[in-house]
Amino acid sequence: MDRREFLKVLGGGALATAAVSVGCDHPNEVVAEGFELGEVPTDQMTYRENLHGDKVSLLGFGCMRLPTIAGESGREEDQELDQDRINEMFDYAIAHGVNLFDTAPPYCKGRSEHSVGVALSRHRRDEYFISTKLSNMRCNTWSREASIAMFENSLKELQVEYVDYLMLHCMGLSGRDEAGNELDPMETFKRRFLDNGMLDYLLEQRKKGRIRNLGFSYHGDVKVFDYLLSLHKKIHWDHVLIQHNYLNWQHAHEVSGEDANSEYLYGELEKRNIPVFVMEPLLGGQLASLYDDAVDQMKRREPSRSVASWAFRFAANQPRILTVLSGMTYMEHLQDNIRTYSPMTPLNEDELKMLAGIANTYVTFPTVPCTGCKYCMPCPYGLDIPGIFAHYNKCLNEGDLIVVNDSTDEDSKAYRKARRAFLVGYDRSVPKLRQADHCISCGKCVTECPQGIEIPVQLARINEYVENLKMGEL
Amino acid sequence: MLRKIRIFLATLFFLGITLLLLDVTGVLHLYLGWMAKMQFLQAVLACNVVVVVGLLLLTLLFGRIYCSVICPLGVMQDCFSWIGGKVWKHRFHYTKAHNWLRYIVLALFVVLMVLGFNAVAVLIAPYAAYGRIASSLLQPVYIWVNNLLATAAAHFDSYAFYSVDVWLKSGVALIVAAVTFVLIGLLSFRWGRLWCNTICPVGSVLGLVSRFSLFKPVIDTEKCKGCGMCGKKCKAMCIDMEHHKIDASRCVACMDCLENCKSDAIKYKFVGCAKQETEECDSSRRKFVVTTAAVTAGFAVSAQEHKVDGGLAVIEDKQVPKRNQQLKPAGAKGDRNFAKHCTSCQLCVSECPNQVLRPSTGLQTLLQPEMSFERGYCRPECTRCSDVCPSGAIKPITVAEKSSISIGYAVVVKHNCLSAKGENCGNCAAKCPAGAIKMVSDPATGHTIPAVNENRCIGCGKCEYLCPVRPFSAIYVEGRTEHIQL
Repeated sequence: MDRREFLKVLGGGALATAAVSVGCDHPNEVVAEGFELGEVPTDQMTYRENLHGDKVSLLGFGCMRLPTIAGESGREEDQELDQDRINEMFDYAIAHGVNLFDTAPPYCKGRSEHSVGVALSRHRRDEYFISTKLSNMRCNTWSREASIAMFENSLKELQVEYVDYLMLHCMGLSGRDEAGNELDPMETFKRRFLDNGMLDYLLEQRKKGRIRNLGFSYHGDVKVFDYLLSLHKKIHWDHVLIQHNYLNWQHAHEVSGEDANSEYLYGELEKRNIPVFVMEPLLGGQLASLYDDAVDQMKRREPSRSVASWAFRFAANQPRILTVLSGMTYMEHLQDNIRTYSPMTPLNEDELKMLAGIANTYVTFPTVPCTGCKYCMPCPYGLDIPGIFAHYNKCLNEGDLIVVNDSTDEDSKAYRKARRAFLVGYDRSVPKLRQADHCISCGKCVTECPQGIEIPVQLARINEYVENLKMGEL
Repeated sequence: MLRKIRIFLATLFFLGITLLLLDVTGVLHLYLGWMAKMQFLQAVLACNVVVVVGLLLLTLLFGRIYCSVICPLGVMQDCFSWIGGKVWKHRFHYTKAHNWLRYIVLALFVVLMVLGFNAVAVLIAPYAAYGRIASSLLQPVYIWVNNLLATAAAHFDSYAFYSVDVWLKSGVALIVAAVTFVLIGLLSFRWGRLWCNTICPVGSVLGLVSRFSLFKPVIDTEKCKGCGMCGKKCKAMCIDMEHHKIDASRCVACMDCLENCKSDAIKYKFVGCAKQETEECDSSRRKFVVTTAAVTAGFAVSAQEHKVDGGLAVIEDKQVPKRNQQLKPAGAKGDRNFAKHCTSCQLCVSECPNQVLRPSTGLQTLLQPEMSFERGYCRPECTRCSDVCPSGAIKPITVAEKSSISIGYAVVVKHNCLSAKGENCGNCAAKCPAGAIKMVSDPATGHTIPAVNENRCIGCGKCEYLCPVRPFSAIYVEGRTEHIQL
């Protein structure tokens, strides 16, 4: 008895009949051969032009997190960098159209430039662009001699005669002078590049062709950013590196401290037609592992695209973005990113709206890095600080995350369920009188926290969230 | 058959209203709220013409079905009477109506209500009395069971149940409820519906109407063998077996006699407007002695237990501040409107999810709800008391309306204030939902103190609740006699 007969005998019911009719349409077709992802395209990379007509790949290889022999990111690990793996990844990148590599003297605890130099020297100089930075952040490198030495050393380590892109590193951050006094960001900039004549020196090097493009990277105080742009008429910046992603676009304060919104930064740069380098497109990986509902929203639209790919598309969505730097540790990161930009599909209005919604929700939800050590306890006002954080983080991780209640019944059912789980769970794990609303921000806990958590700020945020939930405003 | 239908409907209403009074989830009133709104006295107070006219018509048509089906206190008495019947069969006999007592009590009730002594008058209001019993005696048991289930559910990470605190809202309310329960319980155990036919003001009013009801139980003298079973089992004690008459003003249309008559001599049928012959009977007036049971208030107020596992500071209980003016929930409009309508049925007290409402102990307002904020505050998104109030004491309001009704205003007690002593606080100002509190510099000390903008304060009590100073908060809410629209 073959399968059809068997089913006929067995069935007679509607189910069996349906199965048989399906069976007739596609007799024994095998579909799951694997290799569903297909080849990573080698000739589809999107390129954008800089001010001098160079075609730069949209994906820039960031060399801040090169892999170590232990297979981890060299940013945090002390172990030796895995040169073989790095060579392999660079070769792969170049073969698939990536042509920009970005590094800096301090990356990977000072080992990045050397390693990049080794890997790239195996290729023709016209196959790649090199981007590095003048990282004279410490006061012992503020002298003209030390700064020049740092620049020359970069050329040496990278084994090149010229660098394609050089940036004044970390404009907008404050530094400390020899006495250990903190200097404001503007003063720090002055000491690093004006007082010692380094800015003039770099302009001179650009004239000489040892620096083909001169720019700066920005973090922190927006005054310095504005000031540097005000010098644009005189200096003619060739590019500027900013932190840009769909959280930084309008929520920079919530996710990266002092930074100005990248919407503002990008706007100022576009106004002046300055090509933009993007860093932190994934915000240190945070945008690759989002909360469940956000992932659902993305997968409903594009089931096969990775969560990270949305962040990359957002990062490159504006026309003046020249390249998006991604610090890649693993081959899979590289492959996924190459796919995303081969070619780049711009986001439409609707998709941008979705990302904006996710960002709005996300900023209400970063987990609190509380380890439950209880050093902050007892709170003089009776709060159960670790209990509050634990419940909050648990709900975050388990996806009991309440997002904007949108249209369909199914969604609102899930919404109600999550809302209930959060609120009932909150009352269950923390007695009412020990909940976040009782925090008076006396600040006695702050100095006790080894994680440096701004406990009153976090409690206020959680309380605001609870209030919004109770008021039905989320 | 009719009796079975009556029992079925009565069970439905009784369970429905009981659940409504016990509910802690705030969902049931959506489905069962109408049962409370059908209560006669409450509907009269709420000027709910449809319900009042409907109930009067119902009574005019079918007799006092209300008393047997809709009134929870009536059904509760039936339960006791039924148990009494198991113990002591054939304990009833016909008595003449104590009309003098009935109408004096009714008149007194009306006069007290009109004069504004509602708090005293409603002690005998049937639904309100049952509400107090359910809220004070049954709800704690209900919540304990719920909490057991919640603990069990928590083991399985289920959020189907959640735990609710059991707390003694008012000792007076508990005692009043216990006394009512014991008194009415004993009365009905021995004398069936005596309460309903002598004391209960609603029973008296409906009795006036049911005299003329179109449908009545009637004894067929042809068939009657004079066994007297109907009268011996009539809990309303209204069947005059000698004269084969049934006093329709006291009959609660329970239909028991229809089934008790072995010779099928009693029929519930249309009698039209036939005049009721009220004949004097010689049976001696029985004095009924009301035995007041000594109430041993066996409630142990266990001090709230604080677990101190080394990591948590002990939290001292807050105490109720002295207020010049009681706080009434938004929707009450003011103390006068509230006092005029409230029957102290405790439905709002049972419903309040924030542990704000509790029965008052003031003489003028005894057992009527008032607000205080030791355990929570009147949350802006909650309108449950106004949703459930059956008597129009707390009129229905929306969340939006609530946000602009000021029921009181916060008062700062500088002497208690942490901030005034130079501590870094300001929690009241930080958390005020109306933005009515600002921290200002105290000219005397240079420290910051909270200052209240009375024109913005809605009296929600969040500041009082969240003030870290214990047992008396450094900021508390004073009530307004008339609520104002901001």
